[in-house]
Amino acid sequence: MTIFTQVLLKPWEETGLTDHPLRFSGSTHAADKRVALKVFLGVVSVLFILLIVAYAGRMGYEDWRPAPEIKLLWVNTAALLLGSISLELARYSVKRVKINLLYISLFGAGLFTLFFLYGQYQAWLQLASMTYFKVNNPAIAFFYLITSLHGMHLIGGLIVWGGILIRMMGKFDAQNIHQSIELCALYWHFLFLVWLILFGLLFTGNNLDYLLIICGIKS
Amino acid sequence: MTYVAHDETAYVTPTEVGEMELYHPKTFIGKYIWSQDAKVIAIQYAIVAISIGLVALVLSWIMRLQLAFPNTFSFIDPSNYLQAVTMHGMIMVVYLLTALFLGGFGNYLIPLMVGARDMVFPYLNMLSFWIYLFAVLLLVLSFFVPGGPTGAGWTLYPPQAILKGSPGATWGIILMLVSLAFFIIGFTMGGLNYVVTILQARTRGMTLMRMPLTIWGIFTATILALLAFPALFVSAIMMLFDLLLGTSFFMPALITMGKQASYTGGNPLLFQHLFWFFGHPEVYIVALPAFGIVSDLFSVHARKSIFGYRMMVWAIVGIGALSFFVWAHHMYVSGMNPYFGFFFATTTLIIAIPTAIKVYNWTLTLWQGNIHLSLPMLFAIGFLFSFLHGGLTGLFLGNVSVSVPLSDTMFVVAHFHMVMAVAPVMVVFGAIYHWYPKITGRMLNERLGKIHFWSTFIGTYAIYLPMHYLGFLGVSRRFYSISGTNFIPESVHSLNIGITLAALFVGASQLLFLYNIVRSYFNGTPSGPNPWNATTLEWQTSETPPQHGNFGAELPLVYRWAYDYSVPGVEADFIPQNMAPHEVKHSSIGLGST
Repeated sequence: MTIFTQVLLKPWEETGLTDHPLRFSGSTHAADKRVALKVFLGVVSVLFILLIVAYAGRMGYEDWRPAPEIKLLWVNTAALLLGSISLELARYSVKRVKINLLYISLFGAGLFTLFFLYGQYQAWLQLASMTYFKVNNPAIAFFYLITSLHGMHLIGGLIVWGGILIRMMGKFDAQNIHQSIELCALYWHFLFLVWLILFGLLFTGNNLDYLLIICGIKS
Repeated sequence: MTYVAHDETAYVTPTEVGEMELYHPKTFIGKYIWSQDAKVIAIQYAIVAISIGLVALVLSWIMRLQLAFPNTFSFIDPSNYLQAVTMHGMIMVVYLLTALFLGGFGNYLIPLMVGARDMVFPYLNMLSFWIYLFAVLLLVLSFFVPGGPTGAGWTLYPPQAILKGSPGATWGIILMLVSLAFFIIGFTMGGLNYVVTILQARTRGMTLMRMPLTIWGIFTATILALLAFPALFVSAIMMLFDLLLGTSFFMPALITMGKQASYTGGNPLLFQHLFWFFGHPEVYIVALPAFGIVSDLFSVHARKSIFGYRMMVWAIVGIGALSFFVWAHHMYVSGMNPYFGFFFATTTLIIAIPTAIKVYNWTLTLWQGNIHLSLPMLFAIGFLFSFLHGGLTGLFLGNVSVSVPLSDTMFVVAHFHMVMAVAPVMVVFGAIYHWYPKITGRMLNERLGKIHFWSTFIGTYAIYLPMHYLGFLGVSRRFYSISGTNFIPESVHSLNIGITLAALFVGASQLLFLYNIVRSYFNGTPSGPNPWNATTLEWQTSETPPQHGNFGAELPLVYRWAYDYSVPGVEADFIPQNMAPHEVKHSSIGLGST
């Protein structure tokens, strides 16, 4: 029974234990964690949507000067994509109990992500060394703000990733690790998607501008 | 009502609710300091929130003393007057009301009312409280740093919030913004817990539509907060960047202290949009739990099922959703596009529909009810008056043409205090008088409580009713002094004195409440497990106060909704949610269809 059907029920008309108990994802603790992560991803989505809207709002002013494009971001994007793919591979291998592949893919996921973060840091340095660089240019400030917030979410993910690696050092319960890796994979895919949107809309030319024009918000 | 008796085992799905493993601490510190028990965390939240709220109360006295007796007190100058205004507002809205309703009542009531042993992530719950405490301490620290706390107004509008001319424009504003960021991080941890516990940990039989409205209110408010706080978080971080790194998110090119500032082309309006995208849902983050709780207070103390339960649920959810589309009614005079004003005035007035439904339903719940004028009921009725009053003045301020001349006047202050301060605080008091027996096992003293109610109710009206009139006369808010202003008649000064005396009286009468809390804890009449004969699960625990794990060996099974009061044909005037149909004793008179 869906949530929409449930809120149409007339609770005063029926007594007894009902057969529409309504959990969204089973009643295990792992299911609780899955629901919590999804709710958290909702909160993170709002955070980045607001940043994009703020960026778009600021773009509408005449004195807007876009930030210069940084080619390195393409490499970083590829690294994060590989991180996401590696975690998917880790998810597959823990499900099929392919332990060696699990170790390699999980370790690889972390390494690619660390490479991405290092690449972002290098992008910061590149931008700071350019002649266009001005701290009071909002486009440049937005770049630093958005990439640091995105990076901090990835660092949070890496802490959990490190925890899983530590748990896998000794004997471990594959079922338990499976759940953790599933959640990690979901988180990574989500953050990759967020980065893809941010990169595509904000940091590769005037795509957000075009989008606003296509949507009729801007003329 | 049609009473349908089912075979109570007919629909049992035994694997539905798994038992959760609880952490059982052995030491005092584990039990009461680093506690993972939601009930202890709730009390920790409540103590911190009420303590910092008392600081905000004293700050309001400082404001009122200055307005009534200008140039009398040497410790009040224009700077610390503005600092008092700012800190009073921010503390009351965020650090007291949000924390108390969600962290306090949410933590105590959610697991008990949905039939869970605890929150689903107890450790995260504990962290949430300690981060909240850290945020509060940072805020308190700002009173002791050079320049004192920020005096930018609780809305913290740039550019003035971070320019040298404003009080606390260096350390004060930094600490405020960092404190808010920590508050939001802590709240997100708690909020995830509340939402997941309600979605995932309800006991068998507790369907969504059998949840008490208190839980619906807290649930919806938590979702609102989870979606709205990121806006405040982002704006706090952006303003910190502007202040510390010299970026220009919000700071336009300007001359300050006779010098051209390094900022270029930031947009102060962007901050206002972000702030109010958080700020307006914040009103409902406070109001929705109050709506839910007061519905339960009316039903229990009028011995009548809540009128229009489904409509009440839909109204709570509808108000929550609409609250994200009204934010710019706080910005009619900000210089935004005038067409926005039309849109936001329309959405603002639409929100009056579900709100009015709730007010009608509360009134109809009382209609022909067996009203017990107990303390919770008195405060609930007090809420109804003040909320209605504040809601009606909201209609004035929602309309652009009426709102513009009233902007930034005392009318606005009176309006939001009635609707967002007095009304929810009435519910806070009602709720404490209602659930104190469950928390401590003792009743609060009724005589002291009645004095507390009447002094608070009449006192707050004495404060805010005349304030509307001041607003009509054009008296501005946030002004340190209105002397020398020709259009202000002498009567304003007399009214200001009256308002201040009432404020001092209301504030002092809260000491009576605190005394009652402490005295009754040691000497109150033992309450027994269910002194109000209420139906909801928290009153059906095997022990009072409930122990860690809430319910005994078995979790309760829920057979009915939360509002079976005065059911025709039933001997008792209430049927607990966990009472199986075959256990219900029927009377011989007035037997309904079974």
